[in-house]
Amino acid sequence: MTDFFGIPLPALFGQLVLGLVNGCFYAVLSLGLAVIFGMLNIINFAHGALYMVGAMVAWVLLEYLGLGYWWSLVLAPLTVGLIGIVIERLMLRRLYKLDHLYGLLLTFGLALMIEGLFRDLYGVAGQPYSIPEAFSGAFNLGFMFLPKYRAWVVVASLAVCLGTWYMIEKTRLGAYLRAATENPQLTQAFGINVPLMVMLTYGFGVGLAGLVGVLAAPTSQVGALMGSNLIITVFAVVVIGGMGSILGSVVTGLGLGLIEGLTKVVYPEASATVVFIIMAIVLMVRPSGLFGREK
Amino acid sequence: MKLKCIALAASVTLATISAAAHAQVSDNAVKIGLLTDMSGAYSDITGQGTVEATKMAIEDFKAQFKPDFAIEIIAADHQNKGDIAANKAREWFDREKVDVITELVTTSTALAVMKVAKEKNKLALISGAASTRITNEDCNDVTVHWTYDTYAVANGTAKAVVQQGGKSWYFITADYAFGHSLEKDSSGVVQANGGKVLGAVRHPFPGSDFSSFLLKAQSSGAQVIGLANAGTDTMNSIKQAAEFGVTPKQSLAGLLMFISDIHALGLKATQNMYLTEGFYWDFNAETRAWSKRYFDRMKKMPTMIQAGMYSAVSHYLKAVKAINSDDTQKVMAQMKKTPVNDFFARNGKIRDDGRMVHDMYLMHVKKPEDSKYAWDYYTVKQTIPAAEAFQPLSASRCPLIRKTAS
Repeated sequence: MTDFFGIPLPALFGQLVLGLVNGCFYAVLSLGLAVIFGMLNIINFAHGALYMVGAMVAWVLLEYLGLGYWWSLVLAPLTVGLIGIVIERLMLRRLYKLDHLYGLLLTFGLALMIEGLFRDLYGVAGQPYSIPEAFSGAFNLGFMFLPKYRAWVVVASLAVCLGTWYMIEKTRLGAYLRAATENPQLTQAFGINVPLMVMLTYGFGVGLAGLVGVLAAPTSQVGALMGSNLIITVFAVVVIGGMGSILGSVVTGLGLGLIEGLTKVVYPEASATVVFIIMAIVLMVRPSGLFGREK
Repeated sequence: MKLKCIALAASVTLATISAAAHAQVSDNAVKIGLLTDMSGAYSDITGQGTVEATKMAIEDFKAQFKPDFAIEIIAADHQNKGDIAANKAREWFDREKVDVITELVTTSTALAVMKVAKEKNKLALISGAASTRITNEDCNDVTVHWTYDTYAVANGTAKAVVQQGGKSWYFITADYAFGHSLEKDSSGVVQANGGKVLGAVRHPFPGSDFSSFLLKAQSSGAQVIGLANAGTDTMNSIKQAAEFGVTPKQSLAGLLMFISDIHALGLKATQNMYLTEGFYWDFNAETRAWSKRYFDRMKKMPTMIQAGMYSAVSHYLKAVKAINSDDTQKVMAQMKKTPVNDFFARNGKIRDDGRMVHDMYLMHVKKPEDSKYAWDYYTVKQTIPAAEAFQPLSASRCPLIRKTAS
C-alpha cells in the first residue's frame, strides 16, 4: 500500500514530521503562556513580541559580539526573562486585582510597542541567521530529508516541556507555585514570598518564549513581525488545551501541529484556518478547553 | 482718459482671468493621500521609503516649477486590508479633500481603492500593487498602474529561466489575488516558451513556515520552483529551500523580488537568481544621483516601488501645473498625452487601460565575490523594451479597450 485515501504515503509521513516540528514550537510557546496564565491570571499578549526579541537577541549577539548559537541559547532566554521581570515589576503587578482584560490590553500594547521599536530599528525584511555548523546537513528518513536542525528543535523542545512539567509537578518549588496559584493568601501566610514567585514565573514564562525565538532564528528570517504571525495560532492552542493547563498546552501544541501538517496535504489553503475551526468546536463542546478545569 | 479706461478694463479682465485660472485648482491646493503598508510584510519594499520618495518629488517640483498652488501630503497605513483601505479612501476623498490616492501595495487594497476613486471621480496612482487585474478586468479611467505588474515580472524572469533550460515548473503561490495573478501570468509565459507546469500549491498569506509546501514542490520533480509570492514569504521560502536540500537540485525562481529582499537575504543565499525589476539604482548616472539623495534620507537604496512613486507623483504634478487644474479627467488626459521622461522611465507612456509602459530590466544576482561596493547586487542582463515588457493591448481584458476597439 503506497497511498492512504489517495495521498502518497511518503508525502503524508513527510508532512506529519514537519507538523511535529511546528507542533514543538507551538508547544513550548503555549507552555509559557499557560504557566503565566495559571500563576498570574494574565493573558500575555506580549508573548509573540518577546519570542521575536529572543531571536533578535541571538542575531545581535552574533552580529555585534560574535557569540554563536550556543551562547544565544543561554543568553537570549535570560535577557528576555529579565525584560519580563522588569515588565512584571513595573506594570503587571498593578493589574492583578483587576479583570483579565486589563492585563490583556497592557501586554497587547507592549507587544505593539516592542514590535514597532524593532521595525523602526531593523525594518521588516529581517536578518539572516545561519544554521549552526553542528546541525548542517540532513537525515535521510527514506520518505524525506529531515534537516538535522529540525530534528534538534524537536529534541530540545520536548526536553524543555518535560523539564518544565517535572519542575512544576514534582519539585518543592513547583509545589509552592501550585499552592500560590490555588490560594496566594494562605501560601504567603506560610512564609513563602508569593510576589517574588509571581515575578520569577513571569520571567520564566517569557524566557521560554525567548528560547523558542532562538530555536526559530535559523529557520526563518529574524525580523520584527515573526512573532505576530505566530502568536494568534499559539493562543488558539492555549484555548483548545485549556487556559493554564500545562499538560494541555503541550499535548495540544503537538497535536495541532500534526493536524495542520495533515491539512497541508489535503487542502493547503485551509492550513492557517484549521486550528481556529477546531478551537470553535472545542469551545462549543468543552468551554474550558480539552484539559482545563471548570471553575 | 480713454487710454486709462482701456488700461483699467484690461487689468480688471486680466485679474479676472487670472483669478479664474487659480480657482481651477480647487482650494488652490493639491492634496496627495499616500495609502500603503507602513508596518506589515511589505513595509520595507514601500512604507516610509515611499513617503520619503513622494516628499522628494514634491520638493523637487516646487523648486523647479515654483507652482502657485499648495501641495500637501497625508499618509496612512492600510495594513494590507482592502476594507481598511476603502474606508480610508472614502474618508480622504469626502472629508480631507484629497485629489489623488497613491501607492496602494497589495492588490486587494488597490482594487478596493480604485472602485472608490471611480465612484468619487478622483485619481488613483498605483505603484506597489502587482496584479494585472488592475489594468484588465478591473480597469477604470481614473487609475494609472505605474511601476510594474505580474505580467511584466513573469515575462522577464520566467522567459529567461525557461530559455536557460528550466522547462518544468511547480509554483508556490501566495493565496490571494496577487499570487494567483502572478502564477497565472507566469504559467502563460512558461507554456508559451515551450515549458510545462506540473502543479501549484497555495499557501496562506502571510506565512512563516514553507517547509510543507517546499516538500510538495520537491516531490513534484519539477526543475524550477516558481515563487509566486513576495516580501518575507519569498525570503523564508528561499531560506527554507536551502535548509531542506531543495536547492541546488531544483532551482528557484523568485517571480517578484526587490533589491531590499536581496539585501536582507544576502548574496550568498540569492546568487545567480534571475529577477525582473523596473528600476536599479546603479543603472546610470541619473539613477545613481537620485538614489544617492534617497539614500542620504533613508540609509538604504530605493526599491522600484519607491522610485516609481517619485516618478508618478512628479508626472501628476507636472500635469496639474500644465493645465492649471486638478480636474480628474483633464489631469488624466494631460498625463496620458505627455510622455514620461525622468530618471525612472524613458519615453514612458500611459495607455488607455491605465498601464504606464516603460522599459523593464532582467537582472542576474551577483556572486558575493563579484560585488564590489555596498548595494552592488545586480548585473543587468537585458533591457526589455516597453513594447515587449507589458501585456500587449491586443490581449487586454479591459472593457475600456474593447470599447475603443469596437
